[in-house]
Amino acid sequence: MRRCDVVVVGGGAAALCAAIAARRSGASVLLLESAPKDLRGGNARHSRNFRIMHDGPTPFIQGRYDADDYRSDLRRVTGGRMDETVADRLIGDSAGIVGWLEENGVRFQDAGDGNLPFSRKTAFFLGGGKSLVNALYATAGRLGVEVRYDSEVRRLEPGDGWAPSVTVRCQGGEQVLCAGAVVAASGGFQANRDWLRECWGAVADQIVTRGTPHATGTVLKGLLDLGAAPVGDAGYGHMVAVDARSPRFDGGIVTRLDGLAQGIVVDRDGCRFADEGSDIGPTRFSVWGDRIARCPGGVAFSIFDSAIERRFRPSIFPTIRAGSVGDLAVALGIAPEALERTVSAYNAAIRTSGGNTEGLDPPKSRVAAPIAVPPFGAYPVRAGLTSTHLGVRVDERARVLDRDGIPLDGIFAAGVIMAPNVIGRGYLAGIAMTIGAVFGRIAGREAAAHALR
Amino acid sequence: MRCDDASAMWDQARRALEICNACQFCDGYCALFGALKARRDLSLVDLAFLSNLCHNCRACHHACQYAPPHAFQLNLPRSLSRVRHGTYQDHAWPRPLGRLFQKNERFVLAVTLIAVAACLALGMLWVPREALLGVGAEPKAFYRVVPWGVIAGSAGVTAGWSLLAIGMAVRSYWRSLGPVPGGARWLPALRDALRDAVTLRNLGGGAGCSDRDERLSRARRRFHHAMAYGVAACFAATAVATVFDHALGWAAPYPLLSAPVLLGTLGGVGILVGTAGLAWLKRGADPEPLAPELAGADLALLAQLFLVSASGLALLAVRETAAMGPLLLVHLGSVLGFFATLPYGKFLHGPFRVAALLRAALERHAADR
Repeated sequence: MRRCDVVVVGGGAAALCAAIAARRSGASVLLLESAPKDLRGGNARHSRNFRIMHDGPTPFIQGRYDADDYRSDLRRVTGGRMDETVADRLIGDSAGIVGWLEENGVRFQDAGDGNLPFSRKTAFFLGGGKSLVNALYATAGRLGVEVRYDSEVRRLEPGDGWAPSVTVRCQGGEQVLCAGAVVAASGGFQANRDWLRECWGAVADQIVTRGTPHATGTVLKGLLDLGAAPVGDAGYGHMVAVDARSPRFDGGIVTRLDGLAQGIVVDRDGCRFADEGSDIGPTRFSVWGDRIARCPGGVAFSIFDSAIERRFRPSIFPTIRAGSVGDLAVALGIAPEALERTVSAYNAAIRTSGGNTEGLDPPKSRVAAPIAVPPFGAYPVRAGLTSTHLGVRVDERARVLDRDGIPLDGIFAAGVIMAPNVIGRGYLAGIAMTIGAVFGRIAGREAAAHALR
Repeated sequence: MRCDDASAMWDQARRALEICNACQFCDGYCALFGALKARRDLSLVDLAFLSNLCHNCRACHHACQYAPPHAFQLNLPRSLSRVRHGTYQDHAWPRPLGRLFQKNERFVLAVTLIAVAACLALGMLWVPREALLGVGAEPKAFYRVVPWGVIAGSAGVTAGWSLLAIGMAVRSYWRSLGPVPGGARWLPALRDALRDAVTLRNLGGGAGCSDRDERLSRARRRFHHAMAYGVAACFAATAVATVFDHALGWAAPYPLLSAPVLLGTLGGVGILVGTAGLAWLKRGADPEPLAPELAGADLALLAQLFLVSASGLALLAVRETAAMGPLLLVHLGSVLGFFATLPYGKFLHGPFRVAALLRAALERHAADR
């Protein structure tokens, strides 16, 4: 028996945009969010901005960012791992997404309010992701979308001639729901420790998931089992360096460590392993994700002195301090002689004029300053995983495709679960939210049209 | 407040603001986040300053990815409410009276009731029965019941004391914030602070705030405007009446369509609507971001203002009947109680917040030099 026209699986930005778009297209919509109400919204809760194409300044975005510019940014970070047709649809539709979101209750922040950094590529929503999520849930509710929390979709079945079905685990046990169409918008598998261990090995247990604990990838796996073509790379994820004392999930933006480039970074053996000065711009966070994940035990330490410490924003966790490098090493559980040796070799290699090192392996190519003024300080660092880079292949209408490129009947995908079609490698600020909103809207409309055909 | 409670309160607020500073997703909501951004480490002085920039609008709480049930348990509005209330206590003048901010509603309501009761009792004791219960709105009818000198004298002395105490408290608070940033331009800063104060730009300016729940609204700002401008209209009515009486020789009561009565009526209705509306919003508000122990102080001020306004309007309605005399005593008592408690109650949020807004504006106008 058909429960409703469109079932949307997920509760983040992509799911909400799909639900709203489907409802506005006349379909009856049921949205299944696996999180409880207080933690609804997936990783969108931790998000901040949309990357949008635009021909000139608007109240919410400065300058100009045209389609060619957008496309070349995507090509650069992905190294060409992108579907041009899907990417073009993303770029084209991104131009109108801010207006559509505003119509659906989302408020954007005035680009010239003196608080936001200059941005010609992204528009910031007022109050961050949770306020966006609240606004979209309110709109969905007002439009008559039925929302169910604590409802995890366990299984997806293909259409038996006319309708796909989903099996939901909710408070009353399991339930099978049939729908005219299903939109899968349930994110990646970054919170699924077992799956991560399968693909990444032991390091999976050493990393922190920066977002929702509900990104288990159950639906992603289900779609792949149904024959959906995979896209992207299960062995790859977007990671940044976070304070090792971060909570296991949902640390969001605040646990990122800012100062790694300023001092030195050592592994648990007290040895440096990378050029700390390689990235001092916006990429300074993400460049460390992979580096630290590869360290023994998945842990590293940011080491600085009290002069260097003034140059970066502190961690939200207390600085571990000691009067000498040896004592600091003891406090961190590193052999004191090893850290002392590393620090003195580093100090000795600094060229006073250039701000870099000479004859050191690995070198520090920029902002090299001696670690000499006590008290000395340190933060423990781990890799924080934002999202995984494995998805299902879709076309530009958000239809999930099998390995022959044939759409699975009545099944659509939006958001991180299909993001690797566009961004198979790397990351661009604000791109995940744009993929979620743009393909959420497309998937919602397409699903409604499919269900009501 | 016990010492460990106070230090736990400071620690909680500092922790919350450190996380906010690392996040800054809320920087479009109000002036607090910009002022926070300019600070790396947060001292107790910074907390005292930032807490008074917060208008307790709670938009940031409902937008907060770190609010409960998140492990960080962030509750910025609640933490800052407590610190802010502590600043009133710390800077009260004379200093020992700061303890009146504990269970503040008891003090405020007790003083008000005592003032009303005392006025009624003294009136019944001293005012001749025919004057107290006399009928007629002839000129100087009010002064038949209570001589002008007693009304003006008692109100003047109480208000004068209050002004002095509030001034000293604000001075102490301002000085505690440390020297004004070098190179700050005062005129544009004053202009900004005044604009922010009279428009309540930081309370639901733009998108609105979370008056009751996560939905944004401007109701709290509108009710506050009705109340605050109502109070202003009542003061204007008193000022005009003083000019009528002393410069022009026209004694009260004045006709219904005279400037003092019109201003007073308009102001009185504004206060009734504003205070009732604010209390109603408070009643239905999501309790989570509120500091429950401080609700009493807020409600006490609202109740006082409601009483002042209601008794004043009632006085207008019955001024030609025998009830005029007793109601005049009730109104006078409520006004005296209101004045007497101003420096030791929620009213301090007004001048403290203006001081903080001015400080923030000075910092902005020093920074962009």
